[in-house]
Amino acid sequence: MENKPLLEVKNTGIQFGGLKAVQNLNMVLNQGELVGLIGPNGAGKTTSFNLLTGVYEPTEGDIIFKGERVNGLPPFKVTRKGISRTFQNIRLFNELSVLDNVKVAYHSLAKHNILSSVLRLPSHFKGEQEMEEKSIEFLKIFSLDKYKDELAKNLPYGQQRRLEIARALAAGPKLLLLDEPAAGMNPQETKDLMDLIAFIRNKFDLTILLIEHDMNLVMGVCERIYVLDHGQLLAEGSPEEIRNHPKVIEAYLGEEVHDVNA
Amino acid sequence: MKKSKQFWPFIIVAVLVYAVVQILISTEIINQFYSNTLILIAINIILAVSLHLVIGITGQFSIGHAGFLAVGAYLSAIVTMKLHLPFVVAIIVGGIVAALAGLIVGIPSLRLKGDYLAIATLGFAEIIRIVFLNIDAVGGAAGMQVSHLTTWTYAFVCLVITLVVIVNFTNSRHGLAAISVRENEIASDAMGINTTYYKVIAFAIGSFFAGVAGALFSHNFYIIQPSQFGFLKSFDILIFVVLGGLGSLSGAVLSAILLTVVSTYLQGYPETRMIIYSLVLILVMLYRPKGLMGTMEITDYFKLWRTPKGGGQHGK
Repeated sequence: MENKPLLEVKNTGIQFGGLKAVQNLNMVLNQGELVGLIGPNGAGKTTSFNLLTGVYEPTEGDIIFKGERVNGLPPFKVTRKGISRTFQNIRLFNELSVLDNVKVAYHSLAKHNILSSVLRLPSHFKGEQEMEEKSIEFLKIFSLDKYKDELAKNLPYGQQRRLEIARALAAGPKLLLLDEPAAGMNPQETKDLMDLIAFIRNKFDLTILLIEHDMNLVMGVCERIYVLDHGQLLAEGSPEEIRNHPKVIEAYLGEEVHDVNA
Repeated sequence: MKKSKQFWPFIIVAVLVYAVVQILISTEIINQFYSNTLILIAINIILAVSLHLVIGITGQFSIGHAGFLAVGAYLSAIVTMKLHLPFVVAIIVGGIVAALAGLIVGIPSLRLKGDYLAIATLGFAEIIRIVFLNIDAVGGAAGMQVSHLTTWTYAFVCLVITLVVIVNFTNSRHGLAAISVRENEIASDAMGINTTYYKVIAFAIGSFFAGVAGALFSHNFYIIQPSQFGFLKSFDILIFVVLGGLGSLSGAVLSAILLTVVSTYLQGYPETRMIIYSLVLILVMLYRPKGLMGTMEITDYFKLWRTPKGGGQHGK
């Protein structure tokens, strides 16, 4: 069991018409790892996330999660299998309270059906109360409980990011995908976020895949890094290796010019 | 849980309203005209609330509600007039067949979004109308004679059941899932919610009650004709929901009452009726652009009165 990876991405790719947005993607995530996914704009990072979460169905290759094929499943089923995500541009349920945002994620864990809710059977009250208690419990971990009755749209930006992560975790994932969690944050908020990521990882026994442009954050928390460019895997390795990888430097800074006079 | 406390007061108020009106009707203090208006109000509330579930809660912009009304109206009329079964059976059959129609229309068309769904549902309602127009067994364009069976009791009981079912659905994890679809479908999907399922369910429940309203409607007027279920009828129902405030059930109820009363009262002035009706709509939209109630419910106002500093906690 030890050496069986949590997630295996095998030669996966997707083509939109003639455009190969991602091709030959190979990734292996082991239980408990914190892995970064970086690359220049348009490299296919978010598309890869969309492949992993079932938003897109890969046109080639397979995605194996906990020994099961998950490509081709609709997103809600992928989430129920244990892959949960946040979005690059925050997608909260704006007109719902902070508490209800988290409750939505608990939805698939509660069992009472529509009939018992309409007839207000005991199972409805039990289920609803359980959802409420669990959600409040959860908000406390993220110290968001003081905002619980506030509408999500009224939270400050940093707290909205936090709430989105909390909501993704409430769905009970084994693998958490974070899409640019530090985007738009100031250095202090980024630092808090780094602490938060380290904390939830231990607390929930998570495996995390993280897209980020903030190199301090990526190099600071990730154990391994994958680099994408033009839809293809460019490099893989420890932060140290990536920092000195000639191809990565080339992708980010451009080719080195040897002879100006030529 | 907080909503369950409102359940018994609601039932008590409902019983009181029913008893008072019933006494007024049986002692003939209010005449046929007013009791008919009350029945019409009940029917319109059922229609408004059932469409509120689809548009206000689940966020699916459907403008073919009159189609389901027509299905309920015709099917229930067939049950009482051709099969000679009791009216209760007719109401249930009308609702169930409308719900089935909702499923059949909903499963393919709810994959569409926004304007496209609106066009698809509008098209569906027209198809229903044309179908009934061309079936001679139900009278074609001349219409079908239906006996007057709808009473205040039937209308009110149906109304209360509609309200209870839709309120209970909304205030549960299922309603929350439906609202999350309205708020952000992609995120809702990513949270493990079967968005298609909830869209179709909300649509089917909405269609069911539109069918029930149809049964009450057809047995209230002695005759039904396909022309009564045109797209203008769909828009009438849509106006109830939008004017009340998208997402507010009490808003839908209030605007259904208000507009039915205005429209009934204006029947005495046929020349200026549509002008004044339109002016009322324009004025409400100017002064309450988010609808009469916005996204608030009546119960929210009660809460505001109780908390001294005006409700909502802000942070601290």
